[in-house]
Amino acid sequence: MNTENNIKTLIVKKPLKLDCGKTINEFPIAYETYGSLNENRDNAILVFHALTGDQFVTGVNPITKKDGWWSYAVGPNKAIDTKKYFVICANVIGGCMGSFGPSYKDSQTGKAFGTNFPIITINDMVNAQYNLLDHFGIDKLFSIAGGSMGGMQVLQFISNFPDKAKTVIPIACTSSHSAQNIAFNELGRQAIAADSNWKEGNYSSNDTIPNKGLAVARMAAHITYLSKKGLQEKFGRKLQEREDIKFGFDADFQIESYLRYQGSVFVDRFDANSYLYITRAMDYFDLAKQFKGNLSNAFKATKAKFFIISFTSDWLYPTQENKDIVIALNSIGADVGFVEIESDKGHDSFLLDVPDFLSALKNFLDRSYIES
Amino acid sequence: MKNEFQVIAELIKKNKKVLDVGCGDGTLMKFLKNNKNINIRGLEISKNKVQECIAKGLTVIEGNAERDLKQFPDKSFDYVVLSQTLQAFLDPELVLKELLRVGKQAIVTIPNFGYWKIRLHLLLKGTMPITKTLPDEWYNTPNIHMCSIKDFYNFVKSRDIKIFKSLAINNKNASIISDSNLTIKNLFADLGIFLIEK
Repeated sequence: MNTENNIKTLIVKKPLKLDCGKTINEFPIAYETYGSLNENRDNAILVFHALTGDQFVTGVNPITKKDGWWSYAVGPNKAIDTKKYFVICANVIGGCMGSFGPSYKDSQTGKAFGTNFPIITINDMVNAQYNLLDHFGIDKLFSIAGGSMGGMQVLQFISNFPDKAKTVIPIACTSSHSAQNIAFNELGRQAIAADSNWKEGNYSSNDTIPNKGLAVARMAAHITYLSKKGLQEKFGRKLQEREDIKFGFDADFQIESYLRYQGSVFVDRFDANSYLYITRAMDYFDLAKQFKGNLSNAFKATKAKFFIISFTSDWLYPTQENKDIVIALNSIGADVGFVEIESDKGHDSFLLDVPDFLSALKNFLDRSYIES
Repeated sequence: MKNEFQVIAELIKKNKKVLDVGCGDGTLMKFLKNNKNINIRGLEISKNKVQECIAKGLTVIEGNAERDLKQFPDKSFDYVVLSQTLQAFLDPELVLKELLRVGKQAIVTIPNFGYWKIRLHLLLKGTMPITKTLPDEWYNTPNIHMCSIKDFYNFVKSRDIKIFKSLAINNKNASIISDSNLTIKNLFADLGIFLIEK
């Protein structure tokens, strides 16, 4: 284990064959843990992060100095109670918070891999993270949980390792990226590619980086994480620190200013190439296809207890797509619960203070833990 | 726990797999799980009720019986329970068909519209009957397909559905319904409980 700049890293010695055909060796997985592993080693929860998340789930992120991305849900006495459970989260491979990714230096050239980094998939991500179980000596996780791309990893993980988790919580996700999902990701990628600083991915951290393209990608994506109603209620047509419109292209409206801000802070913490690689991994995700079109077969070998959660105003991963997973599980008699949470906060609901969601998550985990 | 659930629980053998359709707050599910070692699942339309079930550690799916029963494979449960909701569906016949497809057996309970108090209410007051089991006004009742014990009894027979057991509930007493006493039971029971199979 290396600890550098507050980032804990596991160097995976075992070679990992990627879906693209390449094999990676001796690669780093950056991770963080919360709470403590009990004597029986049966209280561990592996949390998977979404597209722009990282291993810093809760508390203050030591790199960005902001609250961890799932601070509402994870922590002492929270839904995922770190007084009870040992929470592990790793930065996905392809990411930019210490795990093996395009900003990682190629030992042969001494330069960042950039777009020479191999294309990775959700399957590769979970296979890489599986090494953490050996590292911590955990035979079986009490739970795996995640929202959005984190939920996709949850589904892939239990499919790959059917007896390695007792409970499975995919939130606001899908078993297969839709055309609309791919379209929005492509918009983000093209925004990055259109930035002349991108240089086909061969920029280095010393150069000017494609932050304009990445900011636009983030702005567009951010809209898809919210709902029309949520936006209207929060911003409406409110003006940004001005009495009236200025007849120009400055940010007259609060929503414009908000999006610009979201874009600008994002580029400080995220690598443009990582954004390309991870969105690609999401687009390639199609769990049913891995099982000849039959999603149920992905879960046939597991006895785990599933709890699937969607949100009424999530139009990026709508309830129906979450329900398709429920249907696939029911058709093989799996143990599956499902609830759609009422919320105006769109896809981002799973990251926010949505009491019905947080209490459902807490109740499911705590009751399952007592009965396990 | 209400008498109806007690009677339903007695009809269910131990260690079986049961789906409770319209499981509400999970009272019956919890009882079956704890007392009869039942592998129990619930389907419930109300988000709040689903939350209550989750808090009790019960496996429940938020959904609507008319739309969501089709996801369950044929005969995937030993019993499917439907308590006092058949009359609330747009297409009760379809729901009944689905219950009998998904379950090896189904337990269906119906509030009896032939109950003497209901008949008397309509006869004397001339307004839509309101009773303990049917507490809503005509304009806000979810019950759009009311039937009597006699109606249901005749209906299942006409559809070649086997009745294993049919019980009439009057206050705390449960008694067997048969061809010969149907008219009497239809008058004096406020609830009918049917164990059926197709």
